[in-house]
Amino acid sequence: MPTDAELRLRERLTRLRNLNLLGGARVSGELEKLQRQLERIQAGPTDEEIWRSVELARHQDRPYTLDYVNRLFDDWVELHGDRGRADDHALVIGLGRFDGRTVALVGNQKGRDIKERTDRNFGMAYPEGYRKAMRLMELADLHRFPLLSLVDIPGAYPGVAAEQHGQGGMIARSQALMARLGVPIVTCVIGEGGSGGAIATALADRVLMQENAIYTVISPEGCAAILWRDAGEAKKAAAAFKPDAVHCLELGVIDGIVPEPPGGAHTNHDDAARLLGESLQEALDELESVSPDDLKRRRRAKFRSLGVFA
Amino acid sequence: MRARARIASLADEGTFVEEAADLRSEDPLDFFDLRPYTERLAEAEMKTGLGEAMVIGQGTIDGNACELAVMDFAFMGGSMGSVVGEKFSRACDGAAQRGVPLVSVTASGGARMQEGILSLMQLPKTVCAVEDLHDSGQPLISVMTHPTTAGVLASFASLGDVIVAEPGALLAFTGPRVVQQTTREKLPENFGLAEQNLRFGHIDAIVPRPELKQYVARLLRLFSSNAD
Repeated sequence: MPTDAELRLRERLTRLRNLNLLGGARVSGELEKLQRQLERIQAGPTDEEIWRSVELARHQDRPYTLDYVNRLFDDWVELHGDRGRADDHALVIGLGRFDGRTVALVGNQKGRDIKERTDRNFGMAYPEGYRKAMRLMELADLHRFPLLSLVDIPGAYPGVAAEQHGQGGMIARSQALMARLGVPIVTCVIGEGGSGGAIATALADRVLMQENAIYTVISPEGCAAILWRDAGEAKKAAAAFKPDAVHCLELGVIDGIVPEPPGGAHTNHDDAARLLGESLQEALDELESVSPDDLKRRRRAKFRSLGVFA
Repeated sequence: MRARARIASLADEGTFVEEAADLRSEDPLDFFDLRPYTERLAEAEMKTGLGEAMVIGQGTIDGNACELAVMDFAFMGGSMGSVVGEKFSRACDGAAQRGVPLVSVTASGGARMQEGILSLMQLPKTVCAVEDLHDSGQPLISVMTHPTTAGVLASFASLGDVIVAEPGALLAFTGPRVVQQTTREKLPENFGLAEQNLRFGHIDAIVPRPELKQYVARLLRLFSSNAD
């Protein structure tokens, strides 16, 4: 039986097919994208494919936030610091021109070499990082800039100082702030969407996921260590909790899947950026004319509807 | 402390009326670790006599009308899945509709892994519910008991207008064992406990159990005194 997600995609596909004569390149690109999504959903990923997503999401050559920013933004100005205590390098914020508009961007940032990886704390933000993100969100709201967030974090940092600086409360307050913003928010999970660290910047009007990204409540290793009492059973854990984009779409957790170049985003950063840019642009266009109150109301209603129970 | 006992210790006798008691978890992922999720759920219900890890309802505390949302650690470690998220969300709506404050009492190991990504989504879900409650003009009084960790700490529990903890309660996003295993850091004494959280500015007060009812009642009176 087709799932709801599949039915929705079929409907959009039919509508776009009918528009084809008028459309030109943009519509046919869209059609191709939807067709690929539909094919993936119909096939349903196997356990092996799910694990492949985990590997690709963590691939060392996968594009990170700044790789996309450099390809998609003009006049990018990176901002620094939480205006309180620190400048957390595991998360970047800034302003730039995207598709003719000024947008505010927050993104988790991993490092390429060992020096940068350490400097970026392997992409794991401290509470100061979330406060830095919140500072940007307030700026975006004040000046009516749409907010883009790119999520790529293995998980919140499990350290003593992170706890002492109030990690749990900061993640909660970052979400609460997003629930109050009157500007459009578009999120894309571009690698690892790890747990509380990810949701801190992902309470968005449109939540997208790249084809090979993962979105998890706990890392496969962490889940395996708790439920199987053996971190080596990560593959089994991943197969059980299904962190891949197709399953997230089916569960209504994300609104769309962003295609990657064949073989994965790491094989061609330019193509990956182009595909991501098209999806972000499309999402922003859809939200452009929605009033601040409606944005807030619909955003909250969307998240409040998530869950399965009897 | 179990949820029913907690309610009996806070609500005035005979005033508590439970809501949404019939909500039950489903198994959206057909989750199976060493045992099926459905089996764990059935066992938890048998063991605790509760349908889920949270009980919600209306009542009065020292004569002050409020809504209560109380967690029970004995039900699968007080983990938050779809039903806990939905119950909390309904408690916010109940409070908003009746124009009364919400008092939450948390005891939780975090998100319920067996519901995968949907359990993570209960964080933004409960956060949005608190925002709607706040827009209605009503406060959330958050009482954190041992342990309040991970997903529950990183969502509604930390959004209390006033946050009160019980002495010695572990209040941490990541617990001491995982911090120690992952980072090999030397843990300070009392790491993550209520007393440390008070010192670092994350909570407002530590209140021993026998004084909790009167403390919460005092807060409820303060929040209602300027209302029409």
